[in-house]
Amino acid sequence: MSDTTQQPARKERNAWFEADARLKRRHLADKRLRAYGIAAIVFALGMLATLVGTILVTAAPAVTQTMVTFEVEVPEGSVDPANPSGGSYQTMLNASIARIFPDVDTPRELRELRQLFSNGGQYQLRDKILANPSLIGGTVSITFPLSDIGDQLHKGVIDRNLPPDFRRVNDAQIAWYDVLVERGQISTPLNWGLILNADSRFPELAGLRGALVGSFYALLVCFLVSFPVGIAAAVYLEEFAPKNRLTDLIEVNINNLAAVPSIVFGLLGLAVFLNFFGMPRSAPIVGGLVLSLMTLPTIIIATRAALKAVPPSIREAAIGVGASKMQTVGHHVLPLAMPGILTGTIIGLAQALGETAPLLLIGMNAFITAAPDSMFNPSTALPTQIYIWADSPERGFTSRTSAAIIVLLGFLVCMNAIAIYMRKRFERRW
Amino acid sequence: MASFETTMEAGTAMNETVKDAAASAAAVMPVGHETKISATKVSVFYGEKQALFDVSIDIPARQVMAFIGPSGCGKSTFLRCINRMNDTIDICRVTGTIAIDGADIYDPKIDPVLLRARVGMVFQKPNPFPKSIYDNIAYGPRIHGVAKAGSQMDEIVETSLRRAGLWNEVKDRLREPGTGLSGGQQQRLCIARAIAVNPDVILMDEPCSALDPIATAKVEELIDELRERYTIVIVTHSMQQAARVSQKAAFFHLGNLIEVDETERMFTNPRDQRTQDYITGRFG
Repeated sequence: MSDTTQQPARKERNAWFEADARLKRRHLADKRLRAYGIAAIVFALGMLATLVGTILVTAAPAVTQTMVTFEVEVPEGSVDPANPSGGSYQTMLNASIARIFPDVDTPRELRELRQLFSNGGQYQLRDKILANPSLIGGTVSITFPLSDIGDQLHKGVIDRNLPPDFRRVNDAQIAWYDVLVERGQISTPLNWGLILNADSRFPELAGLRGALVGSFYALLVCFLVSFPVGIAAAVYLEEFAPKNRLTDLIEVNINNLAAVPSIVFGLLGLAVFLNFFGMPRSAPIVGGLVLSLMTLPTIIIATRAALKAVPPSIREAAIGVGASKMQTVGHHVLPLAMPGILTGTIIGLAQALGETAPLLLIGMNAFITAAPDSMFNPSTALPTQIYIWADSPERGFTSRTSAAIIVLLGFLVCMNAIAIYMRKRFERRW
Repeated sequence: MASFETTMEAGTAMNETVKDAAASAAAVMPVGHETKISATKVSVFYGEKQALFDVSIDIPARQVMAFIGPSGCGKSTFLRCINRMNDTIDICRVTGTIAIDGADIYDPKIDPVLLRARVGMVFQKPNPFPKSIYDNIAYGPRIHGVAKAGSQMDEIVETSLRRAGLWNEVKDRLREPGTGLSGGQQQRLCIARAIAVNPDVILMDEPCSALDPIATAKVEELIDELRERYTIVIVTHSMQQAARVSQKAAFFHLGNLIEVDETERMFTNPRDQRTQDYITGRFG
């Protein structure tokens, strides 16, 4: 472009200019295409950010739990030292509450006052006495959750400026709550109960422990079943099976199986595992078996792709030094395919972790207030727990549902990160 | 050794027959080399398509036999029949007989795994296992139970690498991956891997086509040395290479074996017109 002013080049450049116009159009088209691509990515990222942002904002209140601390007197003789679990702890707790609010005396007012506190307090008191019976006759300090309405009031989810008919707490309850705040009995520590507690009817006591343990057992069963079976099937189909119409049919069907809606697998599990084999309802072992039916095609397809990617020269080399077919596969092909197999397996398991529909059908959405001791006990799983909580009317479950979603997403991200790490770590050149 | 003693004890009558047989063989075979591999009417089919037509050839022991011919002429196919490598291809079918030391290798009683331990193979592209140099060599002896891990295995690895002329270059890095070597070194590593299981025959399928001229020269030199111990069959596209390394040559064309002769004679005075055309560069 530096020679624009030079005359002799002009004629030649005319031709160039024409080409330039066409070139410009091509470049424009190029730029447009790139812009479309960027716009698509921005749109996708925006949606993702909205999704995650909404979940995070909704989940924020569940990060902490409003607790109240009471000094409870445990008079001598109120608890039988030989049988401490039989004590009437609710009465003692009520007594110490009544001491702070002496002028509350009508039954209706008393009921409304008690509505502010979770009924988990008496159990905490009982557990303290059980752990240390020498506390009988003295004063015990317990810190236990406020009830859902107290919690929501404290976190500002319930707006105290609304007219009384439009909020779930009345003016008296707000006044009592203010007294407790003034006395410094209210605190908001981190909500470990969300992870450590099992499910409960009361949001302030509900936690994910049962769901986490249930999901762990189900995934364990799923892995133990689908990993060896999937690899064996893929190795046979890829390395040993003759290529004929039957194996073609099997291959097509495996690919179709991967696309079958998960609820169909749930129905299958219900019919076969529960009704035919009579396995326990709601148990993680059944959940794991159903999930493994779903994961199997994924693992088989991933394994076959990984086996195919091993260069034939390696097979030839092994066969050339006199390795048998089995040795060739076992010593060379399978180890080289392992990164791909593991990646496929983890992605399959991650998919299984988030699967809800089949678990609903085999009853893993039951209300179970204790974490399962083994894979044969009834339990929930993470996605079904989310489903249950999302269905519950209490305000406290709204934030807890989102918090549970974050926990589930966290596990999924971790599993995918492990898959990427494995692929990078075990990748080998040849 | 056992067979040698038996022969000694069998007495003079036996010795006479052996001598007779040797004499008659000498009458047929020039230079006094006994036949190692004897193929009779070998045909190969890939599905419906016939790739090799009634090939009959005798390959002498402890010599280098070169298979030459244009691409797709069946020389590699025939080579891969000698250690039954073609068995791994589903649609491949072989008829006729190939005998090594008089034993038919397509006999159902012959285990191809054992056969491949006796008939080693080196491929066109160097294909070391993605393992250490040591493990590359030790793999064959290990699976055949020739040696257990330890000093015995160390010895096999050293001998094989020495015979492949690679020992001095890699002795300090036996634990490093074999894939980290240069192309020529990798190919010699593959040769060392083949001789580690102590074969009688080594088949080489265009072993230098992926190598530069210097690496090629080294491999050719190695082939010449290996001829002392092993029967070598090499497929090559390079006429010069055939002339340099082989004592005998076979010319294949369109699935037919056209001509077998001393290499020197074939290159100076071919009997068939097609051979003449090929080696003078008129086609192929």
